[in-house]
Amino acid sequence: MLATAWLRIRRSKIALLSLCVVVAIMLFAILAPALSAMSGNDPFTSNTSPEVLDDFQTPGLPLPGYMYPSAEHWLGVEPGLGRDLFARLAYGGQVSLTIALLSTAVSVVLGTVLGAAAGYFGGKTDAIISRIMDLFLAFPHLLLVLSLTPILQSRLRDTPLGEGSFLPMASLVIILGFFGWAYLARIVRGQVLSLREREFVEAARSFGASHMSVLFRQIIPNVMGVVLVYATMLIPTNISAEAALSFLGVGVRDPTSSWGQMLNAAQSGNWYLSDPWFLVVPGVMLIITVLAFNLLGDAVRDALDPKASRH
Amino acid sequence: MVLLLAAVSFITFMLFQLGPSDPAAAACGQECTPERVAEARVALGMDQPFFVQYIDYMRGLFSSRMIGAPGAQTLCEWPCLGKSFQTNENVADIIGRSLPYTFSMAIGALVLWTITGVGLGLLAALRKGSPVDKFIVGAASVGVSLPIPVTGLFLLLLFVNQLHLLPFTTNEINSPFGPQGPGAWVANYLLPWIALAVLFSASYIRVTRTNMIDTFGEDFIRTARAKGLAPRTVTFKHGVRAGITPVVTMLGMDIGLLLGGAVLTEQIFSVPGLGFTAVHAAISGDLPVTMAITMLAAFFVIVANVLVDLAYAAIDPRVRLQ
Repeated sequence: MLATAWLRIRRSKIALLSLCVVVAIMLFAILAPALSAMSGNDPFTSNTSPEVLDDFQTPGLPLPGYMYPSAEHWLGVEPGLGRDLFARLAYGGQVSLTIALLSTAVSVVLGTVLGAAAGYFGGKTDAIISRIMDLFLAFPHLLLVLSLTPILQSRLRDTPLGEGSFLPMASLVIILGFFGWAYLARIVRGQVLSLREREFVEAARSFGASHMSVLFRQIIPNVMGVVLVYATMLIPTNISAEAALSFLGVGVRDPTSSWGQMLNAAQSGNWYLSDPWFLVVPGVMLIITVLAFNLLGDAVRDALDPKASRH
Repeated sequence: MVLLLAAVSFITFMLFQLGPSDPAAAACGQECTPERVAEARVALGMDQPFFVQYIDYMRGLFSSRMIGAPGAQTLCEWPCLGKSFQTNENVADIIGRSLPYTFSMAIGALVLWTITGVGLGLLAALRKGSPVDKFIVGAASVGVSLPIPVTGLFLLLLFVNQLHLLPFTTNEINSPFGPQGPGAWVANYLLPWIALAVLFSASYIRVTRTNMIDTFGEDFIRTARAKGLAPRTVTFKHGVRAGITPVVTMLGMDIGLLLGGAVLTEQIFSVPGLGFTAVHAAISGDLPVTMAITMLAAFFVIVANVLVDLAYAAIDPRVRLQ
């Protein structure tokens, strides 16, 4: 099944292009230290000298030679502190993507295991898990995540997870992961409900396999297609969520950079009105990333969904 | 439904009361001494068992109650949702003040995205496979990928700062019937509406298109066509009525969600609705306010769900039979 899916993905131009873009963005983030070293900058050194930032008309605004891309600063510098934008974008990509991928992983594990357990065991287990799913789906996500993040951060502060720049990342991963599993669980449950009646499950049971072994060896591998589709679609959602929370000031904070934090910096003090480039850099990066992941998700779904071959 | 509401309120309460390391410390603010924290604990009723706290809180929904430390109690008038840590104002009043802004945001965006989303989705379905269809589907793919902070700020930059076509949003307008008139209301909220509508209509286009294509392939449509009904009648009276139900579900959910405050959009455009209020309360640790808004938002979502089920029967004749 995966081989045919891969063949279908390879045949679609949009799918291949979005896959390439996703890989490029990942490399960009992974290679952030090397790339910034190559440009001779780092994301934290500020330079507020009057040669770089305006001192008269609009204090803090980068002078023309520094506002836009140049050989010295590949994407120009930030207004206010004069830090290198390229380095902040690359390092910020590390933070944004790490949060998105890890929180997706948390949701996927929770959603798959709980959804499969609900569908496979049925009865009381199903009733309890399904009610919890309903509850999670009824909550207004952003609002709850927004209000719980500062609370979780104050909780984590004294634990090993609470060290410096690690704290906002850990708390976002936990919160986004914890509130993102219910929808996937519902889909997995539906699939498992029909899977458990199939002969191979009965066969495994009659050979004396335990429920746990059937669940993890027979059932879950068979829903991996759906899980994969949903995971690729959850990643861009989580990238946007990180951006939203950091933008609102409850996620990643200065001096650590992330794409949401950069948006926040662009809005604070209305910098983006006098230096639109400062908004364009993280904004366009976010749009390209979310778009590439979304298109890839669509392609994976079309490739794995048997219904897609009918059209 | 009542059960779900009770469960939601209970869990929200639990998350907020048991979650923070110490709500009392948050309540007492910057210049805090251990004695004042202890006083705050008593004032907040935190010396009571958890269930007593919850029952006390819920009692406030039905009658006025006294809150505060014994001896220094103040009346919290019905409907009592506690008092703000920051301003000591009744939370219900804060919510009441924010609601008109949130309604203003929601109603215009709703109209805008329903018309564009359903209209374009239907158009794409009717012209399936044509360049028009491909363009609409492509635009929808881009649309769902536009994060609101990015669109919102770009809109402000372009239409307000560069082109000077629209004013910056002000707090003074929160209804079309105010002294400034409906024109000013529209001008004030147009950009937030667009920012919201771009994102929402993109997903409405997708859902409408898929469902309409499925519906147009069904037997009863073929029957209607075979009977010699006008294409317009088949499309609208038979097709749209049957194919629109999933869109109605989405609409119900989204209205519920939006009434709880369009957090990002309100923040970007500085519209002091529920979402804006919630952000500021969350950042300053004003627990009673965030908790009440979260509960209210969950309440809207649940009620919207019920209304959606009722709307089904009215729209789709097949549901009525069952």
